[in-house]
Amino acid sequence: MGTLSVDQSTRVDLRQRTVTDLNQALHQAPAGSQWEVLHPDGQHAIAAGLAAPITVKIEGHVGYFAAGMNEEASVEISGNAGVGVAENMMSGRVHVHGSASQSAGATAHGGLLVIDGDAAARCGISMKGVNIVVGGGVGHMSAFMAQAGALVICGDAGDGLGDSIYEARLYVRGKVGQLGADCVAKEMRPEHLAELSGLLAQAGLDHDPAEFRRYGSARQLYNFHVENAFAY
Amino acid sequence: MCGIAGLHFRDPALAPRLGELLGGMLRQAAGRGNDSAGVGLYADPATVPPGQSTICLLGGDVGDASDVGDASAGSAANGSANSVASLVAAADPTLEQVTAGRFGQSLVLTARAPEAALEAAALAALPGAVVISRGQSLTVLKGTGEPEALAADWRLADRGGWQGVAHTRMATESAVTPGGSHPFSVGSDQCLVHNGSFSNHESIRKTLVKKGIRFDSLNDTEVGARFVADRLADGATMRQALTDLTRVFDGFYTLLVSSATAFAVVRDAIACKPAIVAETPQLVAVASEYRYLTGLPGIETARIFEPDPEVVYVWERSPSTSQLASTSASAR
Repeated sequence: MGTLSVDQSTRVDLRQRTVTDLNQALHQAPAGSQWEVLHPDGQHAIAAGLAAPITVKIEGHVGYFAAGMNEEASVEISGNAGVGVAENMMSGRVHVHGSASQSAGATAHGGLLVIDGDAAARCGISMKGVNIVVGGGVGHMSAFMAQAGALVICGDAGDGLGDSIYEARLYVRGKVGQLGADCVAKEMRPEHLAELSGLLAQAGLDHDPAEFRRYGSARQLYNFHVENAFAY
Repeated sequence: MCGIAGLHFRDPALAPRLGELLGGMLRQAAGRGNDSAGVGLYADPATVPPGQSTICLLGGDVGDASDVGDASAGSAANGSANSVASLVAAADPTLEQVTAGRFGQSLVLTARAPEAALEAAALAALPGAVVISRGQSLTVLKGTGEPEALAADWRLADRGGWQGVAHTRMATESAVTPGGSHPFSVGSDQCLVHNGSFSNHESIRKTLVKKGIRFDSLNDTEVGARFVADRLADGATMRQALTDLTRVFDGFYTLLVSSATAFAVVRDAIACKPAIVAETPQLVAVASEYRYLTGLPGIETARIFEPDPEVVYVWERSPSTSQLASTSASAR
């Protein structure tokens, strides 16, 4: 396989080229270039490690770690995504039109991840500043140890939501199973309604922010208590 | 890490393609384990003659038997398989129409006889052999090696049937031996494949041993298969047996469990071992990863979902009808 030529608009068929070919070309792509990827067939690590403001449209289902570590790029996936979509994303935008498997947006520091369908378990686990909007529900242990950023869940959330959460903000429109340790319902103040409205708009959703409840940290677990000083 | 794949056909027209489609899934599953592999096929016409019993074996002193032979014919090409069939027939003269077929490391015996009689004759004739399946519809072929090479040994592309499971193994809990490879089939026409590892299998094994249940290997998955077989033998439904398993077993698992009437999936409470289900009017498919499914007919419009933790999903086929269209889905 030779090097893919890079035009301003390039279509890559993954039944003709390898994922390595594609990713190498995307890593060298000029800012503003537009890409279309055909027949992803659930292969892993498609469009991972992008670091420039380019646009990538993937037509079909992708495997593990799609758009992982994304920086500045906008990646759109027409189908479902496997484990760890947009994991450790730094900035940019990743939009999954189908559903996502577990650990979507795990450890991500920034940018926006939109999942139109459902996200499975551990969505936003250890998120560190990313904003995630899920059109459907999320599975168990979502936002575990979530540190910063916002997770918007338009459907229901599974058990253990926000377990051991730090300062991430969780907005849930549907039912929550059992809340995780140290995660509690919190007051929805004007700044939260404003943030939620903005995120819903960015995700193309028109739910009324008033239908959501906010959850966050009770700050009993991670703060140091002086009365425990004798334990050290 | 292991790879799981399974197919359950609702459309009988797909039956001739079982081996071809399952083989395509197995090739992808090799990415999650390639030290051993195995398949369980339901009603493969070549290895399960209608109205007969089939048992599959590993090991035993059976020479280099190749191809399919039978006890009455004397073709030179099938000499070794013929001699195996003759040995088994000699061990129990009441057995009728005994045939033997060699598929890589697995040996398939068929006869017009009760499966228990065929099993007893085989073990008498083939010292040291381990029975890896028995029943009226199931064929288990497994062994160590690259999944693709094993599939060629099994002539998998030529195999048919209405349901099949496949497994590729990266061993964690017991040795890389043919006997440690999956599927584990310990009850008539039952088959179980596992991705993960049980952590309390030794204590459950002791409980089952006290009940008089015997084990063929030290593998953790065999304990799961013995547990399910024991529950089913006690009259439990597949759903109840697997619900009981979730209460008793600790550890990581995605299990695909099949019988002559059921095709079932269950994951542990943490559900970190992957599983994906695709349903169409023609078929139900289960895989560890989506990419195994891309070659299946109708996959573009399939309903695709991940099984929820500790929810038992069962697709049933009525045993009283031979029409595959009777298959009905039920979950939860």
